[in-house]
Formats: sequence, structure tokens, C-alpha cells
Amino acid sequence: MARMKFLLDSDRCIECNACVTACKNENEVPWGINRRRVVTLNDGKPGERSVSMACMHCTDAPCAAVCPVSCFYTTADAIVLHDKDLCIGCGYCFYACPFGAPQYPRIGNFGSRGKMDKCTYCAGGPQADNSEAEFIQYGANRIAEGKLPLCAEMCSTKALLAGDGEVIAQIYRERVQRRGYGAGAWGWRTAYRETVAI
Amino acid sequence: MKIRILALFAVLMMGAALPAFAQGTAREPSVADEMAIQSLLTGNPVHGRITIPDQRAANLIQPQGREWREFHNVTLAWVGGIAVVGMLAILTVFRMVRGRIPIEGGRSGRTIQRFNVFERGNHWMVASCFIILALSGLNLTFGRHVLLPLVGPVAFTEISHWGKMAHNFLAFPFTLGLVFMLLLWIKDNIPNGTDIRWLKAGGGLVGHGEPESGRFNAGQKGIFWITVLGGAAVAVSGYMLVFPFFFTDIQGMQLSHIVHSIIAVLMIAVMVAHIYIGTVGMDGAVEAMTTGQVDLNWAKQHHNLWVEEEMAKGRGAAPPASAKAAGAD
Ligand code: HEM
Ligand code: SF4
Ligand code: SF4
Repeated sequence: MARMKFLLDSDRCIECNACVTACKNENEVPWGINRRRVVTLNDGKPGERSVSMACMHCTDAPCAAVCPVSCFYTTADAIVLHDKDLCIGCGYCFYACPFGAPQYPRIGNFGSRGKMDKCTYCAGGPQADNSEAEFIQYGANRIAEGKLPLCAEMCSTKALLAGDGEVIAQIYRERVQRRGYGAGAWGWRTAYRETVAI
Repeated sequence: MKIRILALFAVLMMGAALPAFAQGTAREPSVADEMAIQSLLTGNPVHGRITIPDQRAANLIQPQGREWREFHNVTLAWVGGIAVVGMLAILTVFRMVRGRIPIEGGRSGRTIQRFNVFERGNHWMVASCFIILALSGLNLTFGRHVLLPLVGPVAFTEISHWGKMAHNFLAFPFTLGLVFMLLLWIKDNIPNGTDIRWLKAGGGLVGHGEPESGRFNAGQKGIFWITVLGGAAVAVSGYMLVFPFFFTDIQGMQLSHIVHSIIAVLMIAVMVAHIYIGTVGMDGAVEAMTTGQVDLNWAKQHHNLWVEEEMAKGRGAAPPASAKAAGAD
């Protein structure tokens, strides 16, 4: 089985936000919820960098570890998903997640956040694959159709890679070797406790 | 610590790679990379600019999530578990050694008013809120290990959802009750010399012969201050959690949760002891909070100075104007 990961090559990201738009559109993500976002570090200064970030589908995922109702599960491809019918909207996964990935429909005064929503790696949720219920609750299930997440597919510079960890790490490695520099795979150390050795 | 070592390792690797970069077409690692590595080293979030309204999303990486996870899953579970189970164990041993504490000399049949209806009503408001807050709070810590396997995920979510709602709303009557408690009872809860003697004598819990005490003994004063001060800390940190990100940022939220839940589990342990001694642990105690009338012998045994004060009030009271001397007519 593949071990699905995201890899962001920040030497290529041009902050075009195509990934964000693709995600919003493909999954019909409501206003106010951002499953993917682009953060620019050192904006306007030398060495500016943009990083597209969503749920990284961590190894030993912190969100799953702290969820008081244990509503997370990991697929055979190591994609971290959750069951919205079980979520109580406590917000704990947001406190634990290193990447700020979990999102809520509302800010949540008096515990009214609503059901947590996050990047599903375009793999839907616990409902039947590509059913209407699954789409309404979780968005598209491209994985069940044999496709990869749309954000990475749409990335104009291929800064954002999605797929089996080994394969995308190899692509990145070859890139860095060819061009002679690389800032490293963003967030890998935190999410997967490893980094891409060049 | 592990993260820091890893990050340091990464810095060293970059340093080693620098000369190679300097020669070729390569460029130095960018300022942003250094910023990220610095942040990892110091344990600070990697923060940037974002074009969407949700400014929390500008935090790219927040390593503190890991520490909070460790706290919630390991530290809190152990501290809470040991405190509550440990207290139950202590009480069991105490029960086996001392048994139920009897009223010395039995009941007199005469009673004295200990708490008026407002004091009792307020006590029960705080107590019932506390119990529900405690159960719904502990459910978030231990429920998935204890209750989830018993009732299944759907029922457990239902319970936890209502528990969360109850927790968030009962916070308000609980806090109000604490304020009343403070106002009603603070004057009888200022520590004084009697408390030192009471503590030295072991409060009559160990050994025999109960030391002197006013309306509240040193143990009860302790419970009072734990309730008021602990309750205040739990309330302030709790309101930070009820209005997420209104007062503070992600690190503040994590800290509020840590303060809130640790103090809460310790308070729960203390209250277990309070409930025990107030009900099944001591003959004659529970009436103080039910009818408000305690047996005079109970009162003399546990609060002799207070009884004397109350009696003196009665003796010193001015007779009503209509009163006539006995046998005057
Ligand atoms: C006084 C006002 C209080 C407020 C505003 C408050 C609020 C909160 C909030 C918002 C949470 C986060 C989870 C959730 O959304 O329900 C929480 C967790 C918790 N509360 Fe409270 N609470 C209060 C009093 C108490 C009291 C008196 C206790 C204990 C007797 C308590 C025990 C706990 C525990 C143990 C947790 C954390 C459980 C976990 O994270 O594993 N709380 N509280
Ligand atoms: S990135 Fe956050 S939400 Fe995604 S698996 Fe990791 S901890 Fe969970
Ligand atoms: S918000 Fe939902 S998914 Fe996140 S920890 Fe709470 S119950 Fe679990």
C-alpha cells in the first residue's frame, strides 16, 4: 500500500492560490472554511517564501490522539480522516494540530463551533464512496476514482506534490540535485518525523 | 527536546552544505528558511502573511501542539487519575481504620440552626453544577477509554455533546454561586490561631478528642479557600475556552486548557473527600446542608466555639419590649 503524503517545494511556489481555489471548488467547501491556504513568510523581504499548507496526514496524528470522542481513522493509504457524525466540535484537534488544519463552521462561543472540517486528501469520508451524503459532508472522493488530490494536480509550477511518499520524495530529490538547492520538504519533520535526504 | 535536536541537526547539515552552495550557481539558504529553523529551535510558531480573513491561518507551523497533546493525553490523564483514584483509596483506608465518625454521647434531640435557607440553596446550586461540570469534564479526559467501549460511538457522541453543552452553560450559575459563597462565608473563614491548634491536634481525624473550633474548622476553611480560589482559576481559564480566541491566541488557548483541567481534576479529588465527610463519613453532618438544623451534641463536638458564640447571642439578646418578667402578672 502507498503511504500518501503532501510535499511542498517552496522554491517553486509562486503564491498563485490555484491549489486553494481547486480545493474550494472540487469539494464545494463553504465560505469561511479553508482546507488549504498559502502562507507567505518574510513577505516583501529578501528570501520571501510561500508555502501551501493543508492537513499533512501526519504519522501518529496529533488530532486523532487528542480527540475526546476518537472520531478519526486512518485509511490503508495512511490518509487521516474523521467521522463528522461523531465529532462534537470541541476544538481540541485545532489545539494539537501543528499545521492549523482543522476548520470549523463558526468561531464557537459556548461550544457552538459545529462539526470540524479539514482536508480529506480528496478521499471523502466514512460514507459510501462517492455517495451524495459523502459529497455533502466531506466533498469529493477522488482517491476512490483512482485520482490524486486536485490541489496538487492543479499546481501550475508543481511546487505542491501529492502521492506516495517515496515517489514524491524521489521527484523532489532529483529536482534539488539538478538545480543545486532546496529548502527542504516543508513540514515533513513535524508531520512525518523524517525529512527528504538529498 | 527531540524536535530541538532534530532542528539543530538540520542547521548543522545546512552549514555543512554552505561552502558547496557558495561555489556554484546555488544560493544561500533564504532568510525564510532560517526563520523557520530559528522558530523550531526556540519552539515558536512559524508565522507569515495570509490573504484570507482568518488570521489564525497565518500560523504555518505551531510546534506547541505537540506539548499540548502530551499534556492532554499523558500528564492530565495521570495526574487526574492518580488524584481521584488516590483520594478514593485514602478514604477507603480511613473508613476501615476510623469507621463512621459518631456523635459523641449520641444525639441530644435538640438542634441548632447552622445554615439558613439561602446558604443551603446556594451550596446546592454550586454543588450540583460542580458535579455536572466535573463529570462532563472528566468525560472529555477519560470517557473514550471508559465509556466509549461500553456504549458505542453514536451514544458516546450524544452523551459528550450534551455534556459539553452542560459544561459550557452551567459554568455561569457555578460562578455566580461561588461569588455568593465568598460573600456569605468569608468572615468565618479567615485563618486564625484556633486553626493552628486544630491542625496540630490532627483535626480529631487521627487520634481521639476533637480540638476546639469556631464555625468552620481549619479543614473546612481549606475546602472554602480551595473552592473559592480554585474555582476562580477554573472559571477564568474556562471562560477563555468558552470564547475561543477572543481573549488570546493558540498558545493562550493551550495554556488556558492546561491550567483549567489540572486545577479542575485536583479540585475534584478534594471534593470527593468533602462529599465523603459531609455525608456517609460522619454522623450528623449532612443535616447542616439539608434541613439546616444540626444536633446540639454534634455542634458542640465539632464546633464548640461557634456553639458558645451562638448561645451567647441568645443570652445577650435584648428581650422584646412586650416581654414581662416571669410571675409579674
Ligand atoms: C466555572 C466555569 C467553567 C467554565 C467556563 C468551563 C469551561 C470549560 C471548557 C470550555 C472546556 C473545554 C471543553 C468544552 O468545550 O467543553 C472545559 C474543559 C474541562 N473542564 Fe471546565 N469549565 C468550568 C468549570 C469546571 C469545573 C468546576 C470543573 C471540575 C469540576 C471542570 C472540569 C473540566 C475538565 C476536567 C476539562 C477538560 C477535560 C479534558 O480536556 O480532558 N470545569 N471547561
Ligand atoms: S496536519 Fe493536523 S489535522 Fe492533519 S493529520 Fe496532522 S494533526 Fe491531524
Ligand atoms: S473538534 Fe471534533 S474531531 Fe476535533 S477533537 Fe473535537 S470531537 Fe474530535
